[in-house]
Amino acid sequence: MEKRAIDWWVGIFVLLGIAALVVLALRVGNLSGFAYNDGYVLHADFSNVGSLKVRSPVRLGGVTIGEVTHIGMNPKTFMANVTMRIEPKVKLPMDTGASIYTAGLLGEQYVAIQPGGMPQNLKPGGTITMTQSAVNLDQLIGQMVFNKASGSK
Amino acid sequence: MAYLDFVPNLGRQVLLTIPNLGAAASFLLRSLVAVINRHFSIQQLLKQVYGFGVRSLLLMIVAAFFTGMVLGFQGYYALVRFGATSALGTLVALSLLRELGPVLTALLFAGRAGSALTAEISSMKATEQLSAMEMMAVNPFAWVVAPRLWAGIVVVPILCAIFDLVGIFGGYLISVPVLGVDGGTFWAQMQSNVTFSGDILTGLFKALCFGLVVTWIAAWQGYAAQPTAEGVGNATTRSVVTASLAVLGLDFILTALLFT
Repeated sequence: MEKRAIDWWVGIFVLLGIAALVVLALRVGNLSGFAYNDGYVLHADFSNVGSLKVRSPVRLGGVTIGEVTHIGMNPKTFMANVTMRIEPKVKLPMDTGASIYTAGLLGEQYVAIQPGGMPQNLKPGGTITMTQSAVNLDQLIGQMVFNKASGSK
Repeated sequence: MAYLDFVPNLGRQVLLTIPNLGAAASFLLRSLVAVINRHFSIQQLLKQVYGFGVRSLLLMIVAAFFTGMVLGFQGYYALVRFGATSALGTLVALSLLRELGPVLTALLFAGRAGSALTAEISSMKATEQLSAMEMMAVNPFAWVVAPRLWAGIVVVPILCAIFDLVGIFGGYLISVPVLGVDGGTFWAQMQSNVTFSGDILTGLFKALCFGLVVTWIAAWQGYAAQPTAEGVGNATTRSVVTASLAVLGLDFILTALLFT
């Protein structure tokens, strides 16, 4: 094997490895989520966030427009405070609502945004006031079992 | 009373093993440090990267493709009972990135490149090429062992990254077009459950450790082989067996340390 040819092959091999790592990072590990770094921040208080996690998606009409960056507790109101980062090109009206939904029966939880109709937009750092908490599956099953039991008497 | 020989034999084995381990450790250290020796050449390193990496590429790609496809089938079979096929992407990606990618790459590497390395070094020893180098004041650690050791350390993580990627693609091909899992869910669930540093990089770190251990064992077995035709054969067998077991054992330790 010619020396030059070996150099070429090794170069191609290393490039393949780097390319594989980049594709893994972007396509599998979703490092491209950093694209939301230039977005603006919104807050929303929920009474129950269920199993929502940091980096859970924020969706409007099923399209991902941002991600959850922080979940904390508001010690005064005992509400869970969710901080989200939203793409800068999406401007939401003041009376926008937020709910926590589950994708499928056992899928991941996400924040669903329902845009309102007011002419003024939410400012960066603003708070969404109309919120609907996560559906607690355990509680629902408990209620159903309880209803069944009382109804069969 | 032949069976009583077991006890003194055990004692002798222990006494023989401990200095062997010490010799193997000093062998590793001398070879790694030999990079700064003037007889270490980048050209040799590239030649070994070519031999270990480029020529194992096809084997890795085929193995990864089939591994990913089998994971897709078996994962689907297990998950469809719970109606949780949406988690198939996560299952395929996490199994490959965390365990199967590094371990299978290292095992295949031990069989493909490790055995050849042991045979090469032990026949160099049997034909007294290593002694001849020392006669010519060429450091055999720098000229022969160090390029191979460093090539192993560089090549295995790269092969592992390619293995992971091809395996995930194989899993995708079975899950989405063949078994009818939703493609969007497949990738979205994968992306929300795989972290770059926690899963991808730690998997590649594992591969790096395996690369070091496999080439170390292979080179040491070659270097310590009996300088006879039979010795070369024995050393090659022992190299593959020891390296494979070491990879599996080390994998347990690394998993316990890294993923808790």
